[in-house]
Amino acid sequence: MTPRPRLLRLLPVLPFLWLGAFFLLPVLITLKISLSEPATAQPPYLPVLDWSTGPQGWAHFLEALDFANYETLANDSLYRDAALSSLSLAAVATLILALVGTPIAHAMARAPAKVQPVLVALVIVPFWTSFLIRIYAWIAILKPEGLLSAGLMRLGLVDRPLEILGTQAAVLVGLTYAYLPFLVLPLYAVMAKADPRLREAAADLGASPTRVFWTVTLPLARHGLVAGALLCFIPMVGEFIVPDLLGGSDTLMLGRVLWSEFFSNRDWPLASAVAILLLVIVVGPIVVFREAETRRGEAAR
Amino acid sequence: MTVPTPTLLRIAGLTKRFGAFTAVDDVSLDLAPGEFVCLLGPSGCGKSTLLRLVAGFEAPTSGTIHLGADDLAALPAHRRPVNMMFQSYVLFPHLSVGRNVGYGLKGLGFGRGAIAERIATLLRLVRLEGFEARLPETLSGGQRQRVALARALAREPRVLLLDEPLGALDRALREETQGELRALQRRLGTSFVVVTHDAGEAMTMADRIGVMRGGRLVQIGTPADLYERPADRFVAALLGDVNLVDGRIAGRGEGAHRVEAGFGPFDVATSDRAWAEGEAVVVALRPERIDLAQADPATRLSGTVADRTYLGDRIRYGVRLSDGTLIRVMRPAASAFVPGDTVAVDIDPRAAAILPP
Repeated sequence: MTPRPRLLRLLPVLPFLWLGAFFLLPVLITLKISLSEPATAQPPYLPVLDWSTGPQGWAHFLEALDFANYETLANDSLYRDAALSSLSLAAVATLILALVGTPIAHAMARAPAKVQPVLVALVIVPFWTSFLIRIYAWIAILKPEGLLSAGLMRLGLVDRPLEILGTQAAVLVGLTYAYLPFLVLPLYAVMAKADPRLREAAADLGASPTRVFWTVTLPLARHGLVAGALLCFIPMVGEFIVPDLLGGSDTLMLGRVLWSEFFSNRDWPLASAVAILLLVIVVGPIVVFREAETRRGEAAR
Repeated sequence: MTVPTPTLLRIAGLTKRFGAFTAVDDVSLDLAPGEFVCLLGPSGCGKSTLLRLVAGFEAPTSGTIHLGADDLAALPAHRRPVNMMFQSYVLFPHLSVGRNVGYGLKGLGFGRGAIAERIATLLRLVRLEGFEARLPETLSGGQRQRVALARALAREPRVLLLDEPLGALDRALREETQGELRALQRRLGTSFVVVTHDAGEAMTMADRIGVMRGGRLVQIGTPADLYERPADRFVAALLGDVNLVDGRIAGRGEGAHRVEAGFGPFDVATSDRAWAEGEAVVVALRPERIDLAQADPATRLSGTVADRTYLGDRIRYGVRLSDGTLIRVMRPAASAFVPGDTVAVDIDPRAAAILPP
């Protein structure tokens, strides 16, 4: 009757339009570039689709696409090593994040209700400062003449400066620092919602605080932990700034490889292929994992 | 006269304050082995807090809790030999029925086989055989209630605390379950402390009822004690229908007080307390303890039937007395007075109670 309800009916479509325009379309463009070959031109790849050439020109365009870049990725051990190294660094960092973040989230959820918003604010506060500046600060801390070495030497715990900066350890420190809020916040949100009487019921049945944590608190917060871990793991696989600033020349990560292909070698097609590879190795396992979770949830019903 | 019973749970002078609010105020209570006590009161009267103090989820501000010779207040919740059945059950949603029931059996020195056997026994006890592998969310309200009961009984507690155990069930199921709970308690010989806001439920199940109000234990006694000799008008009104009549002590006779009310004098049998002449009092009259008869000039009290409600098994009358006071009277269904009839009102001296105003 009035036009307004019809507009409202369009509302659910909006997120899909958004995703289509700003996610799906760019991915498709990247996929197309990854199937092209590099050229000294503007843009620096061939073929370029010219709509005016008609169906015959479009067929030519399709014929010119091939998987040569993916063959390069498969045959050159650099890319395989970078992928494996990215995955293992991200996995180790995720594990460290879980070990560091879970007690933090747990303590936050158990803090007095009045204090909790303050603690959440404290977790978010670092975001007020630029990510780049915060990672630069870590250089100042980790460098041989930096805060950490000086402090440890002053305490007499080490007798010469630590060689941390430029190693994988520095990358792990940087990743853990940078992504901690992304693990803590979802985990805290789930833990804070849990009925405190469930812990009381467990204690009433003779469970020590340790057993309550492992058998009730943590299993009930599982979804928060998984969400937080994925939220950290996915961007960490493709992380560029942390390995570039804190890692050494031997720190091989896909994000860095992609960067150098794109900016140093100006090989857009190969860089696009690396980007697609990154997407596949990160999104693939998640889709499988989600499927398994859903099926398990349904089976329990 | 009374045989001294051994005390299992002894609560003495227990007080719990949250800031300026006193949730439990100087409560003392002894529980005998195998006794079934109901704590009755409106919401916010402190009955649940009292239970949580015994279970160990709250620390008392002052006072003591002893189980036998052990000082319970010194133990953390997970070391206390009492268990609690929570309001709305609080089953572990991520564990199967079997693992919920068996949760408390870890660390008691049972082997895996013994635990499985005990779980099976407990599930048989609450008639839930074959539900071991189900998750709580797949059960009905009544089934969840039984899982919670089995879980709370698993460790064979010396005292079982039950917080509104039937509160989440619908009416028909609740009445059925009251009897079951009572029978189960008799069979196991475990002491039960049940918190409820339902007076009928407390009367049906309890050996003794403790009435709480504003954090204080107002009165504790058998259902009959509380019904016949309530300590004050709050207790009288909580347990069933009651007429509260203002009056003044007019004199004391052999075993009875004469009370002068607006509609005339009547006798009330003396209870343990003596009242001074001239003292202002309230008399609690149970509607079913007042008799109506054909008016005759010899009767002291008379009134006019104002209304008549047929309740099937009984008839409820509203009777207007000489000073305008309207009292409710419950008579057998055979009684045949109609509105407008003048009736003689006979108050049984032993069926009335004198209360402070």
